[in-house]
This record gives sequence, C-alpha cells and structure tokens, in this order.
Amino acid sequence: MGYQTTTAKMNAIFADLSKEYVIYAPKRYVGDGTFVHIDTIRYGEITDLSEIEFAEKSNYSFKEVLLPISETLFYFTENEMKEADAPKKGAIVFLRSCDLHGLKRMDAIYLENGAVDTYYKRLRDNTKFILMGCENSFENCFCVSMGTQQSDDYDAYLKVAGETVLVDSHWDVLDAALAGATQTPVIPDSVTANDTVVTIPETVPQTLFDSPFWEDYGNRCIACGRCNFVCPTCTCFTMQDIFYTDNGKAGERRRVWASCHVDGYTDMAGGHAFRNDKGQRMRFKVMHKVNDYKRRFGTHMCIGCGRCDDVCPEYISFANCINKLDALVNDTAKEEN
Amino acid sequence: MLDLNTKKIKKNAYRVTKVRGETASRVRVPGGLLTAELLPLIQNIAETYGNGKIHLTTRQGFEIPGIKYTDIDAVNALLQPIIEKLNINQEIPGKGYTSAGTRNISACIGSNVCPFATYNTTNFAKKMEQEIFPNDLHFKVSFTGCANDCIKTRMHDFGIIGMTEPQYEKERCMGCQACVKACKKKSVDALSVENYRIVRNTEKCVGCGECVINCPTRAWTRSPETYYRLVIMGRTGKRNPRLAEDFLVWATEDAIIKIIKNTYGFVTNYIDREAPGGKEHIGYIIDRTGFSEFKKWALDGVELDSRTIVKGPIYWGGIHYD
Ligand code: HEM
Ligand code: HEM
Ligand code: SF4
Ligand code: SF4
Ligand code: SF4
Ligand code: SF4
Ligand code: SF4
Repeated sequence: MGYQTTTAKMNAIFADLSKEYVIYAPKRYVGDGTFVHIDTIRYGEITDLSEIEFAEKSNYSFKEVLLPISETLFYFTENEMKEADAPKKGAIVFLRSCDLHGLKRMDAIYLENGAVDTYYKRLRDNTKFILMGCENSFENCFCVSMGTQQSDDYDAYLKVAGETVLVDSHWDVLDAALAGATQTPVIPDSVTANDTVVTIPETVPQTLFDSPFWEDYGNRCIACGRCNFVCPTCTCFTMQDIFYTDNGKAGERRRVWASCHVDGYTDMAGGHAFRNDKGQRMRFKVMHKVNDYKRRFGTHMCIGCGRCDDVCPEYISFANCINKLDALVNDTAKEEN
Repeated sequence: MLDLNTKKIKKNAYRVTKVRGETASRVRVPGGLLTAELLPLIQNIAETYGNGKIHLTTRQGFEIPGIKYTDIDAVNALLQPIIEKLNINQEIPGKGYTSAGTRNISACIGSNVCPFATYNTTNFAKKMEQEIFPNDLHFKVSFTGCANDCIKTRMHDFGIIGMTEPQYEKERCMGCQACVKACKKKSVDALSVENYRIVRNTEKCVGCGECVINCPTRAWTRSPETYYRLVIMGRTGKRNPRLAEDFLVWATEDAIIKIIKNTYGFVTNYIDREAPGGKEHIGYIIDRTGFSEFKKWALDGVELDSRTIVKGPIYWGGIHYD
C-alpha cells in the first residue's frame, strides 16, 4: 500500500519502531575517510530521516549489519561453551535496489548452501528492509547490466522529498502505523541505464585459467582487499580464537571478514599458501563473482554496485576486467574455429 | 647618478645585486599556492622591467632579476594586484612588499593534493602570514603535511609537522594487519597485534596516519583535531648548520601561533645590536641565552593541550666549523 505523509510523522513512527528495532542507514562520517578531509559513507544507527545519506552511494554496503566485521560467536571455558547472545532488538535497514539483490546472494551463501548458518539467520530473521530509490545512476554503477536496478522484494520503499515522505509498504506493522495517512500509489525510483555497461561471457574456457591476461593484475593489485570489504556480496569470513590473557583457559571465538585478495586467505595448516600470485587472486575473485557462482546458484554473484571500482586504490576496474575478459573469450573462440 | 638607501630597498623586498644598477624583486607566495591568473602579471613585470627571466626561489617565491633601481616605483605598481590577490599584509598600498626580514612562509602541497597530508598546509601558512607579517626580524617558518617532511621543516627556525592521533574502533577490525605492515615498513613500527587486535604504542607513534590510510574497513580513522610537532632552530649557514629538534609534540594550532609570536619578543629583547647589519639569527641568540630562557619567553601565556609533550632541555648537534 502506498502512502503520503510528512517527515515529522515518519520520524515519529521510526521513534516508535526503535523500541524494537535498531534503524541502520547509510550515514556520512565526516572526516573518517582514507585521506584527510574526506568523508566516509557507511552504515550506522540513525534516529532521524535527515541523518540518511540519500544523495550519494555508500562506500560500504549494508552487509555489516547482518555479517558484522567482527562477531563473537561463542565463549568457551575448559569444558563448556556458551553462544553469544543475539542482539535484543531487530534491525531495520535502508538500502538500494542493487544491495537488496545482494541480500539474496548472502541468503544463498548463509542459508541455502548446505547447513544453515544460525548466527546469520538469527540476525536475518529479525531484519526489515527499506528500499531507497535511485533517481540517477552513480559513477561506476552497472546494476542494469546485472539486472538488479529494480526490486519489489522489500518491506517498504521510502522516499523523502522536502517535508513529504512517500512510502510503499509491504509490512503490516508499517501499514498500521500509517493508517491515517493519505493513500496514493508509490512506485520506487529506479534507473534504466548506467554509463558503465558490462558484458559477461557465457562461459570462460578453462584454458584462460593461466592466461597472461591476469599478469597485468598481478603487477597492479596490492592485495589490500578493499574491493572485497566494500562488496555487498563478498561473504567470506575467517575465525579467531582468543584466549583471555589473565586466564588462558577461557576465551571466545570470533568470526571476522576475510578477503581472497589479502595474504593469508589460502594459508593452510603448516603455512603453505596456494594462491600467492595477485593476478591469480584477481582471476579467482572475478570468476567467483560471475560465472563460478552462477554455475552453482543460477545467478551471478555480483550485483553491479560498482563499489569495488569506486574504492580500488590502484584503479583496477572489475567492470572493465569483465569486459576485457569477454573480448578475450570471443577472440579465443574465433581462433579455435 | 644613483643615490640609493639600500636599507630601504631591501626592506621593500628588493635585492642589492652584484650587477651595478640592477635590482631583483622578490614576490612572496605564502604557502606556495597561487592562482594561475597571477603568472601573466609576474611575466609582465619580468618582460617590461626585468631581463625576461624569473628565478623560482627555494622559499616558494619568484625572483625577478634585471630590474633598474629607477623602475622600483613602476614595478611596485604592477606588484599591487599580486599582493592583493595573495592577501599579503601590506603597510602602504601601492608601495610593494613591506619588509623582507621574516622569510616567506613555505609549505608543502599538503591536503590540497597529497594523500599523506594531515592538514591544509597552505591555509595554516596563510594564517601564520597574517599573524607575523610584516616583520624585519629574520625568521624562517615552514609547514609540512606529515612526518615525511617534504618541505624540510627541519632546516627552519620553526618547522610545523602535521600529526593525527589515530582512533581505533576495534569492532571494525578484522585483523588483516595492513596497518601493522604499513607502520612497520613505512613508519616507526608502533603497532603490534594482541589477540588479533591492534595495540598502538603511543610513545612511539609519530601520528603519520599510515595506519588510517591503509586500513580497509575504517577501523582506524583520524582524530577530529589536527596536532602538530613543532621543531625548532634548524639552520643552514657558515658556522653551525644543524637540523631542528623537537620542542613540542602533539601541539595545537593556537599554541604554535602564540609561541612563534612570543619568539619575536624574545628576539627583540636579546638580539645583538652590534651584529652586522643589526641582524642575528634566532638560533644563535638561543645559543647565547640558553634554551631555558627561550623556553620561558616562548611558552609565556601559551595554553597547552593535555596531550602536548614539551621537550627540553634541547641540545642541538650539527656540524661545527666555528
Ligand atoms: C599437494 C597436496 C595438497 C594440496 C595442494 C592440498 C590443497 C588443499 C586445499 C587448497 C584445501 C582447501 C583449503 C581451504 O579451502 O581453506 C585443502 C584442504 C584440506 N586438505 Fe589438503 N591439500 C593437499 C594434501 C592434503 C593431504 C595429504 C591431506 C590429508 C592427509 C589433506 C587434507 C586436507 C583437509 C582435511 C582439508 C580441509 C578441508 C576443509 O577445510 O574443509 N590435504 N587442501
Ligand atoms: C572426525 C575427524 C575429523 C573431523 C570431523 C575434521 C574436521 C575438520 C574441519 C571441520 C576442518 C575445517 C576447519 C576449518 O574450516 O578451518 C578440518 C580441517 C583440517 N583437518 Fe580435519 N577433521 C577430522 C580429522 C582429521 C584428520 C585425521 C586429519 C589429518 C590426518 C585432519 C587434518 C585436517 C587438515 C590438514 C585440515 C585443514 C587445515 C587448514 O585448512 O588449514 N583432520 N578438519
Ligand atoms: S563485485 Fe564490485 S560491483 Fe559487484 S557487487 Fe561486489 S562491489 Fe559491487
Ligand atoms: S570474491 Fe573472494 S572474498 Fe568475495 S566472496 Fe568470493 S571468495 Fe570470498
Ligand atoms: S582493491 Fe584493488 S588493489 Fe586492493 S585488492 Fe582489490 S583489486 Fe587489489
Ligand atoms: S600514525 Fe603512523 S606511527 Fe602512529 S601508529 Fe599509525 S602508522 Fe604508526
Ligand atoms: S588495517 Fe584495519 S582492519 Fe586491518 S588490522 Fe589494521 S585496524 Fe584492523
């Protein structure tokens, strides 16, 4: 159901909801960027719609709400262990259409890929998703190429225009709260084209595994992992077992984000690492983001948000890599014919 | 026949050159950053009254050589729009630069461009210009954005090196150690890992911000305040060239401005009037009075932040030829 209301009323509704939900949205953290006087837009708790950064793309995605950067899973003593408590409140998350598709990728990995991840599930089950529209494409976005520019899989869509708020609700709680508001059809803003267009090769032959194509990335990539950390669909984690220093017999296990670009990702017991070449890491990531994931789950993993291209300090473009790979695959096919 | 008051000419930022009858005009650019529109004006002076050449000075000015002493008034008129655009403290409009004792305040490119910078060096240089110009006493002040010290503040009477106090949000840290490696390889190895989390040795940290730059998750961010390392009494020269030593660490902007202004009082009080040309460098004055006397004057009425570390007594090294 679509509604028209005011920011004041909507803020009051959120104030009420905040008794049961922590409200997360992209926020501007002034001066918290990599360099001095540069801001970061990342997810944080809000209490007022005016805190939400609607005008720009967030540098980091919403994924840290469902997959915290560092999350204590359980505490252990010599013979016992206790799972860490789940947050008392649920969560409401503001996000754009591409990210909402990213949520499906996270679900696929954590809920539908063999055993259900209970730590993910207990957060996921208590989270509501509010769509933010996109009036214009941002730099490096290629959602249209990935088919993620629209989504109606939301609990609500919300648009702020001055003092007016337009809401399309799929959530009974919000419907009840908005009962007195003017009803009106509300259609989410979405883009129909991006400057960046990506063509993904249907299949990538195994022969390109060791292609010199990847060497260029081997020379350029510094293995910082930023492209993975900003990515809403990178779901890798690693474990840390901490033994409390005053009592070496008790401690906790945390899971933390991991990145296939960063050293250590392929380290095994005994110290052997099997993917040291950064070009091969790029190959692994790119193929995971597109074809490999698709073979297993039916869709590409990448949702085309372009954050990896926004952030790479070495100006490595993932989007351009796919396009170059596509051209290479076509050339290889021609040669073979 | 030329009948000149060379003292007045020098005060007006003109040089008494080795070429009889010719002077050179020095255009001071505080902080080293200017709008390109000023370049044609400088070109015009060089081509109309100079010998068509311009020398880029080490202190980020333009020296326009080959000017006839008789053309000084005409050159001053052409300098006026440049002086106004650069917002130079001027005593009498239209009369050119006033005084040449305190040297142009130079600055590295800082946060205008440089990824390592911790503050806007040009803006601080310009602010300092407003505070201490015009002045006949020989002071060299420079600003650098980070501990790399590209402007070489260590060769100045006062060098201001930007610092940030890294803020650690442990919940955003996944232990990738990018910060640890950066600090070890590019800085002072002030970070260590304890139970997968990062510990900063606050005694060692030089506030360069490499950890902030290299952290991929914003676990490290900059402090809202910028801090500065104030290094003092570096110099070149015939007798005892030496590098500046730390005076304050983690100092604030206000403290630095006040200290430098206070030092003008100290120099006025202690300068050797018999010195050649009445000029004596601050460093040599402190060598005479002792550091503690300088410190007393410098810190008079200065409010120090609780973080600020005051060093002392300071002993300078360098090479002694005297
Ligand atoms: C040349 C020899 C070997 C290579 C290159 C190799 C490579 C690998 C790789 C790439 C993984 C995956 C690591 C990960 O996903 O984190 C792995 C896991 C594993 N390997 Fe090996 N391996 C070798 C020999 C062995 C041998 C001889 C054994 C046992 C006797 C063994 C036992 C395992 C086990 C148990 C795992 C863990 C599977 C898991 O994490 O779920 N591997 N190995
Ligand atoms: C019932 C018996 C076993 C179970 C249930 C078991 C389970 C596991 C699991 C779950 C992992 C993955 C850990 C991770 O994700 O990091 C693993 C890794 C591994 N296990 Fe076992 N394991 C068993 C027996 C063995 C035996 C007998 C060996 C060696 C002879 C072995 C060698 C390894 C190795 C080498 C790894 C990989 C370590 C790495 O990737 O760094 N496991 N095992
Ligand atoms: S790979 Fe890049 S464009 Fe694709 S979802 Fe991740 S960050 Fe976005
Ligand atoms: S791209 Fe790398 S870090 Fe991201 S999900 Fe795939 S393997 Fe994990
Ligand atoms: S952000 Fe760029 S340099 Fe860093 S790991 Fe990714 S591709 Fe490599
Ligand atoms: S600011 Fe510089 S010296 Fe201090 S911890 Fe960070 S990298 Fe190391
Ligand atoms: S770089 Fe950032 S995430 Fe990595 S260990 Fe340092 S603080 Fe933690």
